Amino acid sequence: MTLVYPVQSLAAHPPRLSPAYKSTVKRSPTKPLIPMRHTLSELTGPVYGHETVREGDHDLTIHGKGEPIGERIIVHGHVLDEDGRGVPNTLVELWQANSCGRYVHVVDQHPAPLDPNFTGAGRAQTDAEGYYRFITIKPGAYPWGNHHNAWRPAHIHFSVFGHSFVSRLVTQMYFPGDPLFPFDPIFNSVPDEKARNRMISSFDLENTKPDWALCYRFNIVLRGRNATPMENK
Amino acid sequence: MSQAKPDGVTPSQTVGPYFAYGLTPSGKYDWNDAFNNNLVTPDTSGERIRVEGTVFDGDGVPVVDCMLEIWQADAQGRFSDPQDKRALPNSSFKGFGRIGTDAKGAYAFGTIKPGVVPDPDGKPQAPHIVLAVYARGMLLHLYSRIYFDGEAANAADPVLALVPADRRSTLIATRQPGNGNPVYRFDIHLQGDKETVFFDV
Repeated sequence: MTLVYPVQSLAAHPPRLSPAYKSTVKRSPTKPLIPMRHTLSELTGPVYGHETVREGDHDLTIHGKGEPIGERIIVHGHVLDEDGRGVPNTLVELWQANSCGRYVHVVDQHPAPLDPNFTGAGRAQTDAEGYYRFITIKPGAYPWGNHHNAWRPAHIHFSVFGHSFVSRLVTQMYFPGDPLFPFDPIFNSVPDEKARNRMISSFDLENTKPDWALCYRFNIVLRGRNATPMENK
Repeated sequence: MSQAKPDGVTPSQTVGPYFAYGLTPSGKYDWNDAFNNNLVTPDTSGERIRVEGTVFDGDGVPVVDCMLEIWQADAQGRFSDPQDKRALPNSSFKGFGRIGTDAKGAYAFGTIKPGVVPDPDGKPQAPHIVLAVYARGMLLHLYSRIYFDGEAANAADPVLALVPADRRSTLIATRQPGNGNPVYRFDIHLQGDKETVFFDV
């Protein structure tokens, strides 16, 4: 039996050619993608052992010799599929700028300080019900060269695997109420407002840790398999 | 765990230009690699191969901030995933690799030639590797397949058959001359006359 992921789910994604985000113009295919049936090659995906995620990998504030500068936050949520089922034991990778909006990447040279105690990379595995949790520093907004006075809203990059190679997702988590939303062509590349809002975390007072860290909740929804499994040979 | 049914998937966003320190640090950053471009483990059986190439944009300029991921069966055509019910894998071969392109837009994977995997009707597919391409300027990754030069099974492959004949060659890695383990070249053109075939999966 093979469960199949409907391609209709992909309609929520941004069009690959989104000219307001200029780099898409030369990096998006101009010929139509070829539809095909999912085979075992698409319906399976990598599985990890405990060696992939080490103790402490989820806490980006303890990777340096001292504590990083900035607002400590908890980011947690549920990785689930479109049918509402939690996705257990899946790998969640995260990378982000520091509190000043500077990435440790060598290409980022904008005039904001690096933090010797903050690399900005983390990794976690969802638990048996699909929940993950990170401790990090709230990233800053930063300028980029897309257009005059272009600034990215503060965001955290996420990479999630899910049940199969075709459920793979790379996205960005945003923070609620960011004044840069109306001006960001990457955020606005998602045409549907409801879909766009699924990329915005919610402030989670209930899970805030008093005297220690505010909390944001970010649920990640991966493609769902047909509610009625299709029987294949 | 009761959970309201979500109203759709979380939309994809670009990996951006700065993913390397988080996803492909490869010794250049203070972070360890979860994955790399060498899939071969000591107990992996099968023919050792190298797959290499360059990623180009629509102007023919090498893409230096691209991430590639591959997923493949072992030499017996089985996946290292319990969802493949046919048999348990017989080695520590995981079948998954990841790499970022270098300053010239180039990449390489060390792996083994995969075996035959059935299609949904049980018909054999020609040996292939599934490829996912991510980059700055790509809001949603692209899927393609790497097939192999000189493989008789290519002619009957049900997926290659879906591809217009004049574009099929973009999916076939070319065997490079030389001794030693086979080297296959698979360049990726995101756009243009030589645009690689990508699949809507």
